[in-house]
Amino acid sequence: MIAVQQEDFDLGVEHKKLIDSTQSVGAIVTFTGLVRQIYERQLNDDLVQSLYLEYYPGMTEKALENIESQASTKWDLLGTSIIHRVGELKANEQIVFVGVASRHRKDAFLAAQYIMDFLKNEAPFWKKQRTEKGGKWIESKQSDIDAAKQWL
Amino acid sequence: MLKIIYFASLREQLGAEQHEFSLPKTVTNVGELVEVLKEQNPDLKDVFDSAPKILVAVNQVVVSKDFKLTENDEIAFFPPMTGG
Repeated sequence: MIAVQQEDFDLGVEHKKLIDSTQSVGAIVTFTGLVRQIYERQLNDDLVQSLYLEYYPGMTEKALENIESQASTKWDLLGTSIIHRVGELKANEQIVFVGVASRHRKDAFLAAQYIMDFLKNEAPFWKKQRTEKGGKWIESKQSDIDAAKQWL
Repeated sequence: MLKIIYFASLREQLGAEQHEFSLPKTVTNVGELVEVLKEQNPDLKDVFDSAPKILVAVNQVVVSKDFKLTENDEIAFFPPMTGG
């Protein structure tokens, strides 16, 4: 299941949906990404007030579906869920949810990490952070590119 | 007509979200299109030349500069993704 939305999501509700996906579910791994109040150490006291998340309607959903289906071919999964929020998000708010249900834990752990690693590099989302000093588009990180490469 | 879309920092710097563009006969691929856009718009040249990296998607799939273009393609320019 893929959702790109402005609204917040409820971890309990999403978890329950994964439990209910089939009777064979034995493991669920979930990941939640949040808006950090302190983004980079060098910004010192420059606290993040909000993040603006832009996306490419159509392509973003396709990219997420592609990542989800790649994960499903690599591991024995019973259900997957990716929810990514867009628009203006405040510090400490939830940004992204990835949930994976499988028979055994290893598939769920690996697939959840795989989905996040590829989401970072292949799903068209862009973050702009706002602090008291103004707005700044966040630049992509080499560590995120390397994280996806380790699966290839 | 091609549909050209800009996202994130590129959209802001160019002050443009999208525009239509008639595919010139001399342009066969993405790299050539970028050169023509730069020639016609000095502001775009400045923005593109100063960006550390720009990705291109044709019909919502990321492609390389030698990707062949056809009339009515949707072309998007954007910086590397920073979601999650």
